[in-house]
Amino acid sequence: MATAAAAPALPRAHEYEASGLWSWLTTVDHKRIGALYLYTSLTWFAIGGFEALMIRAQLQGPNGRLVSAETYNQLFTMHGTTMVFLVIMPLSAAFFNLLIPLQIGARDVAFPRLNAFSYWVYLFGSIFMNVSWLIRQAPDAGWFGYTPLTTLTFSQNLNIDFWMLGLQILGVSSLAAAFNFITTIINMRAPGMHFMRMPIFTWMAFIVQFLLVLAFPVITIALVFLQFDRFFGTTFYLTTAGADPLLWQHLFWIFGHPEVYILILPAFGLVSEVLPTFSRKPLFGYPVMVYSGMLIAFLGFGVWAHHMFAVGMGPIADTLFAVTTMLIGIPTGVKIFNWIFTMWGGDLRFTTAMKFGIALVALFTIGGISGVMHASPPADLQQTDTYFIVAHFHYVLFGGSMMGLFAGTYYYYPKFTGRLLSEKLGTWHFWLAFIGMNLTFMPMHWSGLMGMPRRTWVYDAGQGLEIYNLMSSIGAYIQAVSVIIFAYNMVSSRKRGAIAGNDPWGAPTLEWMIPSPPPDYNFAVIPTVTSRYPLWDRKSPQLTRDVPHTREGERAIDVDVGGKHVGHVSHAIGNPPGASAMPAASSERIKSARELGIAMPNPTIKPLFVALFMTLMFASLLLIHKGKTPLAITGVITFALAMTLMLYSWLLTPLEDEH
Amino acid sequence: MATTAVVGHGHPPTTTGLDHRKIAIWAFIGSECMLFTSLISTYLVYKGRSVSGPFPHEVCNPPQCATALKPILNIPVTSVSTFVLLMSSLAMVLALAAVENKDKPGWAGTGAWGRALASSRLWLAVTAILGATFLGFQAYEFTSFVHEGLTIRTNLFGSSFFTLTGFHGAHVTVGVLWLLTLLAIDVKRGLGPKDALLVDISALYWHFVDVVWIAIFTLVYLIR
Repeated sequence: MATAAAAPALPRAHEYEASGLWSWLTTVDHKRIGALYLYTSLTWFAIGGFEALMIRAQLQGPNGRLVSAETYNQLFTMHGTTMVFLVIMPLSAAFFNLLIPLQIGARDVAFPRLNAFSYWVYLFGSIFMNVSWLIRQAPDAGWFGYTPLTTLTFSQNLNIDFWMLGLQILGVSSLAAAFNFITTIINMRAPGMHFMRMPIFTWMAFIVQFLLVLAFPVITIALVFLQFDRFFGTTFYLTTAGADPLLWQHLFWIFGHPEVYILILPAFGLVSEVLPTFSRKPLFGYPVMVYSGMLIAFLGFGVWAHHMFAVGMGPIADTLFAVTTMLIGIPTGVKIFNWIFTMWGGDLRFTTAMKFGIALVALFTIGGISGVMHASPPADLQQTDTYFIVAHFHYVLFGGSMMGLFAGTYYYYPKFTGRLLSEKLGTWHFWLAFIGMNLTFMPMHWSGLMGMPRRTWVYDAGQGLEIYNLMSSIGAYIQAVSVIIFAYNMVSSRKRGAIAGNDPWGAPTLEWMIPSPPPDYNFAVIPTVTSRYPLWDRKSPQLTRDVPHTREGERAIDVDVGGKHVGHVSHAIGNPPGASAMPAASSERIKSARELGIAMPNPTIKPLFVALFMTLMFASLLLIHKGKTPLAITGVITFALAMTLMLYSWLLTPLEDEH
Repeated sequence: MATTAVVGHGHPPTTTGLDHRKIAIWAFIGSECMLFTSLISTYLVYKGRSVSGPFPHEVCNPPQCATALKPILNIPVTSVSTFVLLMSSLAMVLALAAVENKDKPGWAGTGAWGRALASSRLWLAVTAILGATFLGFQAYEFTSFVHEGLTIRTNLFGSSFFTLTGFHGAHVTVGVLWLLTLLAIDVKRGLGPKDALLVDISALYWHFVDVVWIAIFTLVYLIR
């Protein structure tokens, strides 16, 4: 207790851990990398939000004169690209990083250095793409970058080069992370953590990694074709050479539609953690939630052409894709009902996280219903390329993904920082975001049905569009205020928030068993899991009566290593002998990994440099369009060699000290 | 909630008992499947759509073409290079067996043949050399195509053919570098059974690249 008195604020799990800038540059700790993802992606959220504000200010009244048509094109392109690739995906990755090892009872991810590499590639790639603003040649062909608009014939500046190279770099980050998390989840679960006992967030994360692994190579190839066309004069998208004008659209949407589920499933996972905790009830229909997540992901690969009804694929293709699209509504609807039944009869607590969670259920349902509407080709032909579509995907992406990620941020902020976000500011944030969001996007349904086209920088007066656009713009300003409050909350609570302790919410899963923030090794003793809700088993067993458990007297878990039986754990539910090894209270001094004899990976700067050289290698290609091809080739070769040497140095250095 | 000190320190055993790298390489191969699927699909979609020659299989005579064009794909030569690449997979299997059984002297029999079979250095080198030979064939093929007037810019066939086979060639190149790295480690300190995983995952990659070539050879060269 003396230690606790000496450290009045937070029981520092990290008192023996390195701090300072260097420790962040060299970190391989999944929790720190998660925090880096969190802060970086929220910074891009502010920037992408600013781009949206510019769009709404331009459209506030008819014939706006705030920005030029060229700038407007760059704004909506970068707003979409930023929000998809630089905000929602990496913000989800922040939670993957923090939570997957904690929820499955592991000490880190399977490849800690690869994890650091993923983050640095993301950081450098996102900076690279936005450098284009500085030379006023930001990407300007929409986040989907349809050919032939993006080919050299129609776009001779660097705008598209920044976009396609930037996406290629970011793809490396996502793929590396996906291999890492798949391995982590398959191979690092604590004893007893069967697949059907995994927390639902980890399940959704697991499914998302498969989507990433299977969807990203397709856009990689589509982008390679585009790069070859633009840099080396190939003919993939050259219609005069006989190329199929729809090749890009097919490849892009074979990636692009699974991408939609890459964006939403992590938020579904977070909300499936938040709702049971604040309803004091186990998740309704856990297995069905898992299976419907799988089904959504599976069907997600068979619906891509519903983005292309307007190109005229013929009645058979249209019908097929309409039917598969409508089918996806079934597992999604199942999830919505399961969340409602989770709350039904529960002991509800309306924390900020819970409010955002309920908002997801409500708003995503609206976006889902409009989605089923344009799953029907005749309806879609009316709605496509109008603001109705804009309304639809903002309801699912902002009302769905972002609301879920905000819920996750309020819920898990203590695991990042050890402190709680202010609930008072959170309430303001929630209501302003909720009202602003609906005020912005609900009128877009009407302006869209009245025929207002997307991606146009001005509209004329006297068509009845003024009022809807003014409402949308006011809504956007209200959202801006909510984001400022959120940003202030994030910064001020870091130092002044209430100390969370291990389990501030009374949550059921493993991550709440250990201190906030957790020590670098997470678990002093790897726990053995006997049900889906290990903490409720211990603290409020009445809540988990109906959940399947390992039963008393039953041999619980066989531990096999490489086919060799190394022992088993047979245990009754209740207080086991090893429990005292767990830090009992947050005031207890937390031992270092060295004191406990736990081997942890060494920090290293090498992943950062590999990521940097790789980004520079791609960036060198920009010189080709400046007429400096020899210099570009020199740059590519130099940085490729530097990257390879650094990679060798990384791979030949052991992860941790010999012991 | 039962908690037991399964492993107090060091590393807990993995859930499946497999090494992390083994699972990661399978995930990687899954992703590579989609990469090559996209490339091969594009080649097939564009087959027969080129507005000008040279073409892969079709003969083109004036007046359809300015000059007479003969089919450009040289199936006999590519059959030889395909055989070379297939044999490299056999050598890879022998290299892995040699590393796995290093602590069992004489496992492959005694005498010169047995000693050769048990030499991991020999089979790693043979695999790398066969891979490099395949790349040599590909360099020859690319050069001769350019001489016959087919470059990556000429038509849809040229763009999709060179990109597809070039991507495969790049994968073989990475594989050869990987094998040479293993060979260097083997020469420096010797690879034993505890290093078998290093060879195992490179072998999985190598066989995968080989299987992809079988698909490419069939779909691009053999089927008209």
